[in-house]
Amino acid sequence: MMELVCPAGTPAALRAAIEAGAHSVYCGFADETNARNFPGLNFNREEMAEGVAFAHARGARVLVAINTFPRAGGEPLWHRALADAERAGADAVILADIGLLAYAAERHPGLRRHLSVQAAAANPDAINFYADAFGVKRVVLPRVLTVEEIAAINREVEVETEVFIFGGLCVMAEGRCSLSSWVTGKSPNMNGVCSPASHVSYAEDGQELVARLGGYTIHRTPKGAPAPYPTLCKGCFTSGEQTGHLFEDPVSLDATRLIPQLGRAGVRALKIEGRQRSRAYVAQVVRAFRAAFEAEAAGRPLPESALARLSEGQAATTGAYSKTWR
Amino acid sequence: MTMDLTVGPNMFFWDAAKVRAFYRDLAASPVARVVLGELVCSKRLPFWQDEIPAAIEALQAAGKEVSLTTLALITLRRERRQTAELIDLALPVEINDVSALRHVPEGSGFWVGPLVNVYNEGTLRWLARRGARRICLPPELPLSSISVLCAAAREEGIAVEVFGHGRVPLAISARCYHARLHDRAKDSCQFVCGEDPDGRDVETLDGQGFLTVNGVQTLSHSTATMAAFAAELAEMGVSALRLSPHTGDFAAISAGYADLLAGSIPSGELSRRLIPVVPGRALSDGFARGASGAEWSGRADATAPT
Repeated sequence: MMELVCPAGTPAALRAAIEAGAHSVYCGFADETNARNFPGLNFNREEMAEGVAFAHARGARVLVAINTFPRAGGEPLWHRALADAERAGADAVILADIGLLAYAAERHPGLRRHLSVQAAAANPDAINFYADAFGVKRVVLPRVLTVEEIAAINREVEVETEVFIFGGLCVMAEGRCSLSSWVTGKSPNMNGVCSPASHVSYAEDGQELVARLGGYTIHRTPKGAPAPYPTLCKGCFTSGEQTGHLFEDPVSLDATRLIPQLGRAGVRALKIEGRQRSRAYVAQVVRAFRAAFEAEAAGRPLPESALARLSEGQAATTGAYSKTWR
Repeated sequence: MTMDLTVGPNMFFWDAAKVRAFYRDLAASPVARVVLGELVCSKRLPFWQDEIPAAIEALQAAGKEVSLTTLALITLRRERRQTAELIDLALPVEINDVSALRHVPEGSGFWVGPLVNVYNEGTLRWLARRGARRICLPPELPLSSISVLCAAAREEGIAVEVFGHGRVPLAISARCYHARLHDRAKDSCQFVCGEDPDGRDVETLDGQGFLTVNGVQTLSHSTATMAAFAAELAEMGVSALRLSPHTGDFAAISAGYADLLAGSIPSGELSRRLIPVVPGRALSDGFARGASGAEWSGRADATAPT
């Protein structure tokens, strides 16, 4: 069976995910060392150790994301996160930065290293580079690849691969996008946030609700209609004669029906996005996916799931995994 | 401490004649080095690659250092092969995708472009020890980071560049936005990005200039300039400002920056010259010290005493 890797934004979500059948959970410390540095989320040192103990007692694993790019002059904060993850008993750390990978390989050789999606390792050369140089054991693949490309990668690499299967969707190569800092000064790479709520404002204009990010209009929706969160790349813009979602519609990723193909492509682990989600959401999604995994492993057809209505904007896409995106 | 000028790879899709004219003019301009090659989309390369040898020859004859860039996002087998071949050439290669390191032999030198994530001393030192000779830092880095990285680079004996002029490369995707705007799939794009030699403007619903799409790449709408911070960057030990190619009189723009670095014009004067000639007719420099990248310090300068 493939490994089901589930989000844990809080200790409560960690317990919910494991009780719902997660093989592994991923989480981070409550600071800028991880790419979901949102208010009210993440773990302090004590919670991390308790979370690991809870997981291990139930045969589950904890992967600690330390996947932002350390600030020049501020590296000790990231180094402490590594040491504390190891001390808490983490099964692996998820890293993106070359300097931090080198440091971890040298100073924490016994701590298993996964390569974060934020490193955007999109071809076998990149993956083999990170494996050889830093002893990375697993690579989280960027959401820019087709299933065929993922299969081809797995034929050329020794390390395990993990792919996102459900949840939010970056349309840009992850870890290589400065759109958020262009308008807010805060970026996933430097601050662990994208289109942060602190820079969102709403205003009424006639019959419309205007959602702005850093002062730039991202959406206009009729008053009373559901207004999506103004994530920059999912906004509505104009270019020449055209107006619309020029980069991506406000859809989220749902590759449930690709589980069998991803398995055949040699993928080791499937990952659910959503550390910012509630424990109830996490429990529901994890339970549905665990059932799908069991069915797939037993050779039964995938169960009809209720996952679609959990997607952020009703609509879902298989993203780049199906070639139609290209 | 003096800085000089590097011209980065042209990010847009220009036809062969335009490429030829650009590098011919560049050979006569006061820049120290030039990085060329296809950065954004490998499908474009067959249309203009025959211009590269002559451009290299002309630039070298004019005393410029020349480097060839890798693609920014390497996914296809053909692209990996091209990257390996690039590294076999006699010129230094500029890496803009980390996977290219797989093809660089240990001990041979290379340059690192602005699309590789070098955010801290650990990464800079690792790359230097692996053979990096020059590193152009990511455009989103603030001056406080640049200063720390310059100190580390000095210890490692390598050069640091800063993205100094041009629409800022902000993101790269597997999806082609030019093709999407024309309701075409990437594989049947018919090279529509060639219609927009400085990229295609994207505005907000309120008509505010915002971004620019260039095939799989997204750039800023305004043109970033480090003109106002040139003296500070030189003081920190930055060795070059990188100018990113655009249409228009690029030789005049290069000359303007050369005048700024030589101290013969103040930064305000250069900015005034730039505004009417840059794409989007707007400047920005907020990544250096502002609250966001899109900010422009010149707005405040117009009233503040300097």
